[in-house]
Amino acid sequence: MGKTFSEKALGRNVGRDVVAGEIVQARPDVCLTHDNSAAISATFRKLGIDRVKHPERLVIILDHCVPAAGTKYAQNHKTIREFVAEQGIEHFYDLNIGICHQVLPEQGHAVPGSLIVGSDSHTCTYGAFGAFSTGIGRSEAAVTWATGEIWLKVPETMRIEVKGELGEYVNAKDIALKLIGDRGADGGLYKALEFTGPIIEVLSISSRMVLCNLAVEFGAKNGYTPADEKVREWAEARVPQGRRREIEYLVSDPDAAYAETVTLDMTGVGPQVACPHTVDNVQPVEAVAGRPVDQVFLGTCTNGRIEDFELALQLLRGRQVAAGCRLLIGPASREIYREMAERGLLVELIDAGAVVINPGCGPCLGAHQGILADGEVCLSTMNRNFKGRMGNPNGEIYLASPAVAAATALKGVITDPRAL
Amino acid sequence: MADSKLIEGKVWKYGDDINTDVIFPGKYTYTVTDPAEMATHALEDLDPDFAGKVQAGDVIVAGKNFGCGSSREQAAFCLTANRVGAVVAASFSRIFFRNAINAGLPTIELPQVIDQIEAGESLAIDLGRGVLTCGAGEFSFPALPPEVIGIVEAGGLVAYTRRRLGTDTAT
Repeated sequence: MGKTFSEKALGRNVGRDVVAGEIVQARPDVCLTHDNSAAISATFRKLGIDRVKHPERLVIILDHCVPAAGTKYAQNHKTIREFVAEQGIEHFYDLNIGICHQVLPEQGHAVPGSLIVGSDSHTCTYGAFGAFSTGIGRSEAAVTWATGEIWLKVPETMRIEVKGELGEYVNAKDIALKLIGDRGADGGLYKALEFTGPIIEVLSISSRMVLCNLAVEFGAKNGYTPADEKVREWAEARVPQGRRREIEYLVSDPDAAYAETVTLDMTGVGPQVACPHTVDNVQPVEAVAGRPVDQVFLGTCTNGRIEDFELALQLLRGRQVAAGCRLLIGPASREIYREMAERGLLVELIDAGAVVINPGCGPCLGAHQGILADGEVCLSTMNRNFKGRMGNPNGEIYLASPAVAAATALKGVITDPRAL
Repeated sequence: MADSKLIEGKVWKYGDDINTDVIFPGKYTYTVTDPAEMATHALEDLDPDFAGKVQAGDVIVAGKNFGCGSSREQAAFCLTANRVGAVVAASFSRIFFRNAINAGLPTIELPQVIDQIEAGESLAIDLGRGVLTCGAGEFSFPALPPEVIGIVEAGGLVAYTRRRLGTDTAT
């Protein structure tokens, strides 16, 4: 019997054949933490250990509340910087580099074939680079720092075959929302989620990141898109010399055992919108078009890349955001922000009436930036719309693609981009 | 609580897909770290009555996918801070399941029983025997995998790891 990507990746990590269902003691190649690193360091100190076991395997990125929105956040960051200095953590990215799930692969830490854990649920994003990557909690991140090990159950795999054609203004975000809307937020519970099919093969790395980013909203443990030529191109440009020998492009065997195969036919599927207050409350955009929106947030680790802003500008270029609607633009990293500046995309967005915020999680977390007033509605390209997510339980959040976000900002109501 | 195998308390009943944003809101995740303060915010956006009225040993009973969403372990720790005895659900979200183990919070998956348990009723759980007793009767539940049972029994991952590493100086 052949093996799935997940069985291969975890087997490679522990040095023997494994099958789905087994619990293994794995040794992550990378452990990612962010603003929660201060809290994690406090737990780490309770373990009675002085030194992080493998400091070179830690990646620490400040992104959740940057720049610090109050003294507690500022102290939090200070504590992290002190810990980084004390332990000699090489891969520390301060507030000026960007959102962790964008920065980690940009900086070459998403090595194909590797095992990455992170104290953030959207760590599943790096399946787009052929890595087995999954979210864990703060306490186990602290124990991973101390011991270099973590228990993981080898997941069964659910394969999603995406067929048909992507219509006008339909993209990876719509594929993910359609899947989650059809099958529910627990449709992929505990499973490794593997996307295959001709549509997936032609998607850019940026679009594949969207799919893998949303895997956790489907209940999945990790996401995966094929470790193919596009991944090879990315890895050859980004993975530093010192880690090149670790690269392995793992793919599922044709005769691998899948728990389930689901076919998702995108023919005739239009732009999708997740309605308040769950990600699986999905409707076609036509069903919700016309609802007034106070704020549009276009950014985040889900859809804050060049491809997303280029798509948005197809609609926004030369036009104005509707009166009474606030458009927030959040480039996912300094690298993206810089490219937008150099290519004039920032000026075009500013001229359209947008507020451009610094790369960071910002409005997505509800800790600062873009918090909603009572009764306000926000349409966002982020990955979660739970009640209170943007800092106010009396607000409403819709999720959609950058195309729907841009169209909505132009009209001040939820808008089908195909209608413009 | 780590050594007690018998849990007895009142049922707090909720529905499906109870996410970690309503269990412990994101706006507190970096600013509220003291367990007593965390306890006051538990389930704040779902049930404002919970934090003030929950008693030690009470049990949360919920539908499928309990604890979905953000990986924040405060969702589990704010419940242990309130001395919640256990969470019984039709299914658990993966990261919450791990965080509950790490917090020493017993999680019990019993999809076939959830509908038979009433809000406010008294419930008893014998972790050692793997039996839940409620108004509808006695129900067996499977034990946690052997690889992780020790973590819950030790009272959580920190206590467990200290023992493993030999840095445990508690008497």
